[in-house]
Amino acid sequence: MRRFRGPQNRNLWFWAFVGPFAIGLALFTYVPLAWSVYLSFFDAHNTVSPTDFVGLDNYASMLGDQAFLSSLGTFVLFTAFIVPATYVLSLALALMVNRLRFAQAFFRSVFFLPTACSYVVAALIWKLSIFNGVRFGLANTVLGWFGTDQTAWLATSDPPWYWLVIVTVRLWLQAGFYMILFLAGLQRISPRLYEAAAVDGARPGWQTLRHITLPQLRATSVAVVLLLVINAFQAFDEFYNLMSDARGYPPYARPPLVYLYYTALGQEQNLGLGSAGAVILALIIAVATVVQARWFGLGRKED
Amino acid sequence: MTASKRVDPRVRTGRVLRAVIVTILAVLFLIPFYLLVRNGLATEQDITAPDWTFFPRDIQWSNLTEVFADPNLPLARALLNSTLIAVSTTVGTVLLASLAGYGLARIPYRHANVVFYAILGTLMVPAAVTFVPSFVLVSTLGWISTLRGLIIPTLFSAFACFIFRQYFLGFPRELEDAARVDGLGYWRTYWRIVVPNSRPVFAAVGTIVFIGAWNAFLWPLVIGQDRESWTVQVALSTFTTAQNLNLHELFIAAAISIAPLVVVFVLLQRYIVAGVERSGIDD
Repeated sequence: MRRFRGPQNRNLWFWAFVGPFAIGLALFTYVPLAWSVYLSFFDAHNTVSPTDFVGLDNYASMLGDQAFLSSLGTFVLFTAFIVPATYVLSLALALMVNRLRFAQAFFRSVFFLPTACSYVVAALIWKLSIFNGVRFGLANTVLGWFGTDQTAWLATSDPPWYWLVIVTVRLWLQAGFYMILFLAGLQRISPRLYEAAAVDGARPGWQTLRHITLPQLRATSVAVVLLLVINAFQAFDEFYNLMSDARGYPPYARPPLVYLYYTALGQEQNLGLGSAGAVILALIIAVATVVQARWFGLGRKED
Repeated sequence: MTASKRVDPRVRTGRVLRAVIVTILAVLFLIPFYLLVRNGLATEQDITAPDWTFFPRDIQWSNLTEVFADPNLPLARALLNSTLIAVSTTVGTVLLASLAGYGLARIPYRHANVVFYAILGTLMVPAAVTFVPSFVLVSTLGWISTLRGLIIPTLFSAFACFIFRQYFLGFPRELEDAARVDGLGYWRTYWRIVVPNSRPVFAAVGTIVFIGAWNAFLWPLVIGQDRESWTVQVALSTFTTAQNLNLHELFIAAAISIAPLVVVFVLLQRYIVAGVERSGIDD
């Protein structure tokens, strides 16, 4: 009997607990990844079991495709806007809400509430009610009070006002979630640190923020930036819902996922080419994540 | 109150300024919700009137029922699909991920770390990047436009597993040791001791998964190809981009689609916050 209580029995129990999850994850993440790599070497129009091996042709045509490269450029630009903007707004919200003396729970809820809203619904409000380019849009109404002309927010690329629309919708949807992460981080800072700083003559405000609060929030900041970048890579919903309409999708403001969606599942059903794009994107993300983790020293808790 | 009189005037100005800024931001954050309801309950003429008014001239409560009767927008069916998908995804994900998280945290196994890193590694490749091959896999299985295809591939959340593992690592061992002394095995310890004592983290992960499943768009768009399998997000999106639907119908449908979430949210909000704060997401 004792034998069955030993390590072997524990191994069985480990797999009883972890097995179902691990098998599912392997089936629905690792298998698709491997399949994607396989498909990317084939000419796979409209088929999932291709026979026509083309080597690196798909990669070559993807990397030589101006549209794919410009979609990568769109992504880089989007990340450069959205990551710092969300970081600053959510940190500012957390700092202000944390020090409120009244109705703290109310304000926290208000800022957190958009998290419950989908990109589809938010894009609908942004596209058809706030920035809809005609007179009854809220943005044009407000500008009208100041005598400014109507702006076609989403329909022109010069000047590229669509960036304002795309960035604000995501900012509204996600700032509250990161605010909660920062609030959690702020709760963990010992009040004694602030007392000590006050004794040393640090004035409340900018000095305390810079020398106490921000360094203490370092771990949170690393996590927030990492999550923001990963989420920016996945941008699809708001671009698709804001930019496309009955007439199609304009060639600008198209991040990689939107591009791959149209390549692989649109008219052409070019799964081989789409897979090559997915593999390239996955490699870029992997490299970016590793570089970032190294840079911020992820995993090192104290330093 | 006397204490506040002695407060440095600069600190007091700061406080007032902060309250003003927070209030302005709160109003800005609430405006989109307001627009959703305002346009949803207005007449078409009111929405497109050139002189914008804060309140619609007359409120059309009938919009609420009218939208369900429109044969062009299969709203009832889409809501049913979304409910089935979100509920099964939440139950399945929480069950699978909590079991795996517990096993990884508490059952000694020589290669547990390898398994853990294999799971964690999938976080590095965002799920959305695998959508082309996943689509291929699901279509090979013949699951396109089925609830199976919409639910099963999304049940294995490495993120949820990670949160549970981190949480169970910090679960008080004394409780489990007592159960062990009483002769309970891993399964019964988990089910009778650990789960009942971990409600906040289950509620937090469950809510986050539910919100994610209800709001998911790319996967249902790719897999739910015929009308019968549309989720509410796909239905709304189709009509936003097609523009053959009345604006007020679109807005009231969108308002109806977020109502269940706002209720879940208001009820469980403090668990989400507590769960996020305790889960070590940011460590």
